[in-house]
Amino acid sequence: MIEHHKILSASICYHCGEEITGIDRVIDDKHFCCAGCQGVYQILAANNMCAYYSYNDAPGKRLSHTSHFEYLDEPSVIKQLIDYQDEKSTIVTFYIPAIHCSSCIWLLEHLYKINPAIFSSRIDFLKKQVTISFKNQGLSLRNVVETLVEIGYEPAINLQDVVKENSNSVNKSLILKIAIAGFCMGNVMLFSFPEYFGLSGLERQFQSLFGWLNLAFSIPVTFYCGRDYFVSAWNSLKHKHVNLDTPLALIIAVLFLRTTYAVVFNIGPGFADTLTGLVFLLLMGKWVKQRTYHHISFDRDYRSYFPIAITTLQDGKEKPKAINELTIGDRLWIRNGELVPADSILMKGDAWLDMSFVTGETEPQQKVLGEIIYAGGKQMGEGIEIEVVKNPSQSYLTSLWNKAHYTDNFKHNFNDSVAKYFSIAVFIIAFAAMGYWFFNSNTTKAWAAFTAVIIVACPCVLALSTPFTLSAILSVFDRRGFYVKNTDAVEELAKCSAIVFDKTGTLTTTENAKIHFTGTLDQEEKKLVVSLLNHSSHPLSRQILKSLSFNGFYAISKYKEIPGKGIKGLVNNQMVYAGNQAILPFDIKPIQQSGVHIVINSAYKGTFVIEQQWREGLDKLISKLEDSFRLTVLSGDTNKDHEALKKLFLPNAVVKFKQSPHDKLEAILIQQKTGEKVMMLGDGLNDAGALKQSNFGIAITDNINNFTPGCDGILKGSSLNDLPNFHQLSKDGLKIIKISFAIAIAYNCIGLYFAVQGTLYPLVAAVLMPISTITIISFTTIATRFFARKNHLL
Amino acid sequence: MNILYFLVGCSVLMALVFLGAFIWSLKNGQHDDVVTPGMRVLFDDDEVE
Repeated sequence: MIEHHKILSASICYHCGEEITGIDRVIDDKHFCCAGCQGVYQILAANNMCAYYSYNDAPGKRLSHTSHFEYLDEPSVIKQLIDYQDEKSTIVTFYIPAIHCSSCIWLLEHLYKINPAIFSSRIDFLKKQVTISFKNQGLSLRNVVETLVEIGYEPAINLQDVVKENSNSVNKSLILKIAIAGFCMGNVMLFSFPEYFGLSGLERQFQSLFGWLNLAFSIPVTFYCGRDYFVSAWNSLKHKHVNLDTPLALIIAVLFLRTTYAVVFNIGPGFADTLTGLVFLLLMGKWVKQRTYHHISFDRDYRSYFPIAITTLQDGKEKPKAINELTIGDRLWIRNGELVPADSILMKGDAWLDMSFVTGETEPQQKVLGEIIYAGGKQMGEGIEIEVVKNPSQSYLTSLWNKAHYTDNFKHNFNDSVAKYFSIAVFIIAFAAMGYWFFNSNTTKAWAAFTAVIIVACPCVLALSTPFTLSAILSVFDRRGFYVKNTDAVEELAKCSAIVFDKTGTLTTTENAKIHFTGTLDQEEKKLVVSLLNHSSHPLSRQILKSLSFNGFYAISKYKEIPGKGIKGLVNNQMVYAGNQAILPFDIKPIQQSGVHIVINSAYKGTFVIEQQWREGLDKLISKLEDSFRLTVLSGDTNKDHEALKKLFLPNAVVKFKQSPHDKLEAILIQQKTGEKVMMLGDGLNDAGALKQSNFGIAITDNINNFTPGCDGILKGSSLNDLPNFHQLSKDGLKIIKISFAIAIAYNCIGLYFAVQGTLYPLVAAVLMPISTITIISFTTIATRFFARKNHLL
Repeated sequence: MNILYFLVGCSVLMALVFLGAFIWSLKNGQHDDVVTPGMRVLFDDDEVE
């Protein structure tokens, strides 16, 4: 393999597809942007696995950082991670965020070529999971993870294990119930057919056989498939409250009893077809409602951000320890880029902490010895030694999740509030009909009328129209980059009357950040700076390099990169520094605190400032929202953007700065106490408490695969401008549900006409129910599409 | 026409077998991932070295 370095050419990295801005590395006539990409290619080439590159162009992802995996040798950590282990082999499942194309599948399923001790590896593409089984002998869990990291697929190993939370056993049992209900329904329909067309004398001898068969099929449908309705109805009655499942359970019970009665005493066909059809349709509605996004998790809390283990110092020796085993007094060793897992005191080292998780502030803060460091801070710079003063679960940050008041956030939906009146009305009619026939001393008719009214007045349509409408809205939303947790959340969205914004990352974006230089650089100085930056793979260096777009380099010596601080080097016999204040040889008074300061030959030249851009079309969005919502901005940052925000918002909007996560949470609580339904838009862990407390929390992200805090909906940054339309569509959705309810009542009236007379023939019930269901489902689908088009979302 | 008793029994039995097959495939995890196998089938076989 011939390896040589070439100077800048406008080409694209063969591995990751990014533009090559620094040194162009060439092997086998292929260009690479960095040592990482080149390394992965070399491993794959050595193992004869270059097919990876043939399925997609540039399938790789650039490696961003390196982690330490010593903790994967700890038995207590291993036990938490693995799925299965025996003497010979181990099976483990990892969540790998980098999985994105068919090349990834090919590569990760051919791991055995790289290491023969790996038996097999299986990918679940949608969930971005890989399940690996490997030989215990000759391979440890740590080796497996390191192999994955080597080829550019670092698994995300967090305290909240994403892999195990995503189990879909609930869904499986529902599908099983649907299958059985569908099977029974089909067979019952088949055996009821002769009855529909009238029985000839010959067929009459089969009547009781078909009746008994129908009864047999009704038993599993009632007692297995319909079980949840009885349980739910019983629970709600125990709490002296009626939900939609209460009348449904009553109907299922009445249908079953009447069918049994009819079959046993051989007095007619019974209602087995209506019963099985009803349960099947109800379960379908439930299934539509339960649709989830496998690739997105809405329930992340601080545990997803924290690593599973941390390095502790015991008698001066490094030893990894699982986070949940940490105790007060433990000494921790925090490396560059690692998170502080528990509130601690700084014992040793130079601490520069990025507290953006906790406070939303973007500038790293310096801490002095003996000062308290809150959990969630990220060390930027060399390693520090700290002593734990509080358990991880009781730290300042995690207390956001432990507050008890989240529980009063009980959400009431339209269905349950209607169900109460519905049930009362049905009972009044049923008893009235029964009373009338008793009065006319016709006992058989009285019972027939009573049960028939209950059967006919089925809120089945109500139970179906809501999930079908709302899930149709969900699919409109997700086509536009708005992922809502579930159908209930759509109802909450419709009710919102106030919006609270976070500033950084929500109203602003780093995607197309502009870089400008506060001073001036001549051509010669530019060349010096470019030569220095070219050696660094830090994202800031690359961004600045791109903005300078300068060709030509000097040779460089005495190059040094200090993590979290910056870089320095001797370029063309002149000392050049680039970085934050900590790396500079002397104190400067820069115009702008944050940014990359440039010092050449002990003269301060200026600072590269990265400006956060307001999201595009924000002014239009705000003026649209101002008509119908009370707007508030809560920023964790300093008030440097106050003027700009004043221009965007009307004077009556509240704008607050330096808000801690707890302040944000309190602010939401106060608004809720005044009767507002609050929608919160935020992006970071510092908004997590507020997002959870709000009636509808939206996490904004520019990349759906990034970690987002727990919320009700995830919105792509580029779709923020559609927010008023999303809200309008959810309101229209509630309107659709109400209209379909009116249609259902019209159908019910027809049925009731027969029912109160005690002449409801099973055939009428069996025909009426599917017709009304089909009407409702097609109505909700068409109406949703109509409103989505009206709101410019389709 | 008594043969119908036998035939009805047969049809129910056969339907039960299919239901059983579905339940087995569900429990076996065959419906867990319906996307990846479709992509996997498009890969070339390993070249003989």
